[in-house]
Amino acid sequence: MSESISRVRRGLMQGGAAAAALGALGFPAISRGQSDVICIGHLTPLTGFLGPLGEYAQMGVKLAVEEINAAGGVMGRKIELIAEDSVNPQTASTKAERLIERDKVVAIIGEISSASGLAIAQVAQRNRTLFFNTGCNSDELRGKSCNRYMFHTEAANTMYVYAAGQALLRDGMVKGKKWYSLTADYAFGHDLLKAAKRFMQANGGEFAADELVPTDAADFSAYLLKIRNAKPDIVISNLAGAQITNFMKQYMEYGLPFPVAGFGFDTAVAWGAGKGNVTGIWPLVWDSQVKTPSGQKFTDAFTKKYGKPPENQAWGDYMSTKHVAQAMNDIKSTDSTKLAEHLEKGAKFDVLKTREGYYRNWDHQLMQEMYTIRFKPAAEVKDKWDLFTISAPVPGGNQSLEVIAPTKEENNCTMPA
Amino acid sequence: MLTQIVEQVINGLLVGAYYLLIALGLSLIFSLGGLVNLAHGAFYALGAYFAVKLADQVGFAGALVVSPVLVAILGLVVERFLFRRFYRHDPALGLLLTFGLAMVIEQLLRIVFGAAPIPFSIPSLLRGQIFVGDFVYSKYRLLMLVLAATAVGCLWFLLQRTPFGRVVRAGVQNPDMVAALGISLTPYMSGVVAISVGLAALAGVLLAPITGVHPAMGAEILTAAFVVVVIGGLGSFWGVVYAALIVGVVRGLTVYFFPPAAEASMYLLMLLVLLVRPRGLFGERIQRFE
Repeated sequence: MSESISRVRRGLMQGGAAAAALGALGFPAISRGQSDVICIGHLTPLTGFLGPLGEYAQMGVKLAVEEINAAGGVMGRKIELIAEDSVNPQTASTKAERLIERDKVVAIIGEISSASGLAIAQVAQRNRTLFFNTGCNSDELRGKSCNRYMFHTEAANTMYVYAAGQALLRDGMVKGKKWYSLTADYAFGHDLLKAAKRFMQANGGEFAADELVPTDAADFSAYLLKIRNAKPDIVISNLAGAQITNFMKQYMEYGLPFPVAGFGFDTAVAWGAGKGNVTGIWPLVWDSQVKTPSGQKFTDAFTKKYGKPPENQAWGDYMSTKHVAQAMNDIKSTDSTKLAEHLEKGAKFDVLKTREGYYRNWDHQLMQEMYTIRFKPAAEVKDKWDLFTISAPVPGGNQSLEVIAPTKEENNCTMPA
Repeated sequence: MLTQIVEQVINGLLVGAYYLLIALGLSLIFSLGGLVNLAHGAFYALGAYFAVKLADQVGFAGALVVSPVLVAILGLVVERFLFRRFYRHDPALGLLLTFGLAMVIEQLLRIVFGAAPIPFSIPSLLRGQIFVGDFVYSKYRLLMLVLAATAVGCLWFLLQRTPFGRVVRAGVQNPDMVAALGISLTPYMSGVVAISVGLAALAGVLLAPITGVHPAMGAEILTAAFVVVVIGGLGSFWGVVYAALIVGVVRGLTVYFFPPAAEASMYLLMLLVLLVRPRGLFGERIQRFE
């Protein structure tokens, strides 16, 4: 009896394993390219808890390639995009390898998960091919794990913390205040917690508690009860992706009275939660409310093509693609090593913000303005895209862009040869 | 501290009730048809998406009824043209079929609605909290609990107190004998699948206002439902009920004492149960699997 029961049970267990693997198969979007075009590879998670952001990333990169080709391509050659689901670090690494070796891409753009980003960076370094990180925030990728071929259009965790932190300091929410933080339990969250702690300790805050939350947690009620009993002065989210949507919806459901702030944020998670389901102060790398002529053009083109406004992740991948193309046109070469040298010399780029940006030479981080957002009360919301107001750029006009970025002491990078 | 633990235990029981709606159907389809329905989570996701679309027309209360009914009808179609061919075959074939079906449904949701989560809120009437002494409850979750308990109660009545239920239970125990008595299990299997996926859809509607509505939501919840079924034991209605509640409580207590292990706790529990009692807490001897 036990033998056949165990056979059946094995079937059930395989079922469980297969269920866990459900999201683990990717669908290549476009087949391999030819030699008369310049191939660019794009990898980003389209499934799993970062999938919602990955979809915007792909929209952004596709729009950029269309615009570049419509404007005559790069050195007279068309760009061909090979875009795939990066799934997880193992798959991301395999796919990056294949893009470089089989499809001969000149650069890889994308990624959102810091863990997968690290995997792609290692492949890029080994094969001496450019990798533009468009969505991984971990300081560590700019510090301990930095390399010659990886450039970061996405802002680093320290920059996010600085942006939101300025708003918190202004509101008197740091000095002598008790913070209750929830942190996504993977590379990104741990890294963000480190940056957040550094900021809090430098400014005289203290922890009521700091807790790690598994990335697949969908029910936050148990955490909310704990927070309620701890009575903190402020609740801090170091969560990621769909976690933020779930957490905020349930935070509002339980009606906890403590102010909320976060150090990592993407607009899609707020749109996904909806009106009246998010509150607090959050940092943001870009939003269509940032009024600049080139930003407006991007917003119009994106809205026309996809029927909805661009999300900040779409900005990241759109921007990186434009920067790669511009750099190749500037030096008339697709050689990754030469391109990296060109970028390190401080080439300026339009980043759809008030000030131009540049990639800092020692850690390859794009120096740029950041923003903080505040959620509006439900009564002031006009439509499902209009949920928050955006601050003036951080840092302000007379300060160096570098004041918000990690210093060499905080996050040193020694590029491997 | 003690009150906080009590609070977590009660909350864990509430959380367990949501697992229950999904796990019961999974267990039923497997017990009667021998089919591991990996697409069960996809039906849960369909329930949530239908609710979001229907709520504009018929309101949340309407969606609570219409969405599960629509999914149950879809379940009838899927049973008739797909599941029915695989009941008596190698379980691996059924796994492949339902795994593929889950992927197709998830991908269709992604194509039609996009990968981004869709906003959906608790109806304004049900927003707010109820305070009992030191404890706080969300009004909406209390309603969820009532609805989930009612659904489980109805299912229990159907299985234990009606002719339909008697045949289903006999079919779980000994399908050959049922056939020898001149009863065809085919229409009963249709009914079981329709009810099971309908329950999953009901869970989808109930959870849509408090979690993100996104294409992968089905895959997320399915693994937990499997764990519940394995812990509870096959063929046992109450086994699944107790297992769901235990999993909810264990998860709540883990969040209280050691949050990083919150999601891992249920797998540890499953491991323990399987080591001590391989057929699950309340698993029955089922002749067809002997």
